[in-house]
Amino acid sequence: MNQVLSYLPRPDLQVLIETLQAAGFHCVGPRVVDGAIGYGALDDAAQLPWGVTEMQAPGHYRLSDSDTPRCFAWANGPQALKPFLFAPRENLWTSRREADGGLHCDETLPEAMPLAVIGVRPCDLAALALHDQHFLRQAVSDPYYARRREALFLVAVNCTHPAATCFCVSTGDGPRATYGYDLALTELDDGYLVEAHSERGRAIAAVLPLAAEEEAQVAAADVALQQAADSQTRRLPGTHLQAPLFANLNHPRWDEVAERCLSCGNCTSVCPTCFCYSAHDQPTLAGDLVEHYREWDSCFTQGHSYIHGITLRAETAPRYRQWLTHKLGSWHAQYGRSGCVGCGRCIAWCPVGIDLTEEAAAICGEVAPA
Amino acid sequence: MSNPYPPREARIVERIQESSGLFTLRLQLTDSAMQGDYRFAPGQFNMLYLHGVGEVAISIVSDPSDEHLIDHTIRAVGRVTRGLEQLKAGERIGLRGPYGRGWPLSAAEGRDVVVVTGGLGCAPVVSVINYIARRRARFGHLNIVQGVKHSSDLIWRERYAEWRALPDTLVLLATDAGEPLWPWHIGRVTDLFDRLQFDPQRASVMMCGPEGMMRAVVNHMRAAGVADTDIWLSMERNMQCALGHCGHCQYGDKFICRDGPVFSFDQVAALFDVPGF
Repeated sequence: MNQVLSYLPRPDLQVLIETLQAAGFHCVGPRVVDGAIGYGALDDAAQLPWGVTEMQAPGHYRLSDSDTPRCFAWANGPQALKPFLFAPRENLWTSRREADGGLHCDETLPEAMPLAVIGVRPCDLAALALHDQHFLRQAVSDPYYARRREALFLVAVNCTHPAATCFCVSTGDGPRATYGYDLALTELDDGYLVEAHSERGRAIAAVLPLAAEEEAQVAAADVALQQAADSQTRRLPGTHLQAPLFANLNHPRWDEVAERCLSCGNCTSVCPTCFCYSAHDQPTLAGDLVEHYREWDSCFTQGHSYIHGITLRAETAPRYRQWLTHKLGSWHAQYGRSGCVGCGRCIAWCPVGIDLTEEAAAICGEVAPA
Repeated sequence: MSNPYPPREARIVERIQESSGLFTLRLQLTDSAMQGDYRFAPGQFNMLYLHGVGEVAISIVSDPSDEHLIDHTIRAVGRVTRGLEQLKAGERIGLRGPYGRGWPLSAAEGRDVVVVTGGLGCAPVVSVINYIARRRARFGHLNIVQGVKHSSDLIWRERYAEWRALPDTLVLLATDAGEPLWPWHIGRVTDLFDRLQFDPQRASVMMCGPEGMMRAVVNHMRAAGVADTDIWLSMERNMQCALGHCGHCQYGDKFICRDGPVFSFDQVAALFDVPGF
């Protein structure tokens, strides 16, 4: 952790954007999109959500204006980095039927432009590391994901404004970024503390108009991050829930939560680690050319568990159980840690406000730390 | 990095109608170098692609030493398989694979083998029987037990006759509903188990079929003293990619496409009786 801290005055945030652009990156950052924080193209620091704060609760997400001089005074919007790397829908290959009956399938790899994302939360960095494991470090790598991943520059922003739905402290993924970024910012009332964590990050930091940080600024950042951690009231009932979840597969709570769950799949869509997708053929009208594409799927759909005429999970209870036992349980055996990074999106964006931490506690009871 | 997703062109060399709704496609990759390099183990599967419809996971039934043809026996039950059923010899489809982990055939050498199948022409274990039949001396007693719902569902009657003629080989057939002149057992496959010839301490049991049937076989084998690690079964779940990416075939912490489809019972025992996984 031999990082050099330096101070970037607020008016120079624009210089960061321009420096990244000059280095060849297309910049995206948090913008207010459809009443929520989303990522959008960023050319001008003025496009950032200045003074915007948010209120999140189970089934609830609202932005509001405030008199804060900050632009990162919110926790997170509905989407993490996932759509940038694992596209919601993308062509994998095309199939061409020749006049002589021949069949040619050609890959359609994306042209990934170098992308710098400003404002990545520590929970989303943790989710990215999990997707890297899933898509890049298994027996077979996913070249579509790999293309986009190679072109990514990450400017993290440590989280000083967690929402009521956040529980990254209990998953060990926040509120401070500790790995997986190029640059990290901590926002203060008048500027940013900047840490570089990679060669590329140090190269960018070297040309920023950084001032020496003052002790009081470092102390203020530490206090803000400690308060952010202390303010989190939600938590998972343990860090390793695989055994208690699989010991409770017949718990009455599965049926009880299924009474409330709409099986809509919002939770899996906003989850930064959910990776399920389905593949489909889309032929042209003439039928000679087919686009074979994939799109995000959810274990809450009817089709997810379909096998030759049978739907294994026809009811909601086994679907919710599949999602929770996988997310908080099987991930440990598959990827060495839980699949939950504590971002709380599944709680806020659930239309009926089902709280994953509450369900896990009800099903597992309190669990001794692993 | 080579792209594992796009299928390769394969030609249907021969199409065999096995019974109503059940057919075999004998395939050859049109790129002869690719066909020459193609290697698989019994129990592995390919993703077959029908232009404009989609892909489906189908196990390979030919023998690994038949390098020029890749055979798939397919039941027409879904969109892709019903489309594949319409194809004729000479037509071209897509193929990628092989995928997954096959049967433990090397480990079974020198041991007694019990092969149990249920349902319509259970392709994943036909490859096991063919494999052992060709290398008969390497294995101990061979027991083949096939159960079908209705006696008319039994395909490959002549093959059972051939297998029955192999040395030291017992073939037992059972049907839930027999028609006149059905010469074999009427009832469950497990009714026949006291006739099997195997040493429980040195036997490999391999099976596929409905999970209820496999559960009954597991119970019998355990009671006979066969270890869970010697009871092998082929699992099926929805598969979109066969590469361990799409998430559909997950069974607890296993990806059936990559960690299976063949598992020893101890690896799947925890969830085997739980509906919904």
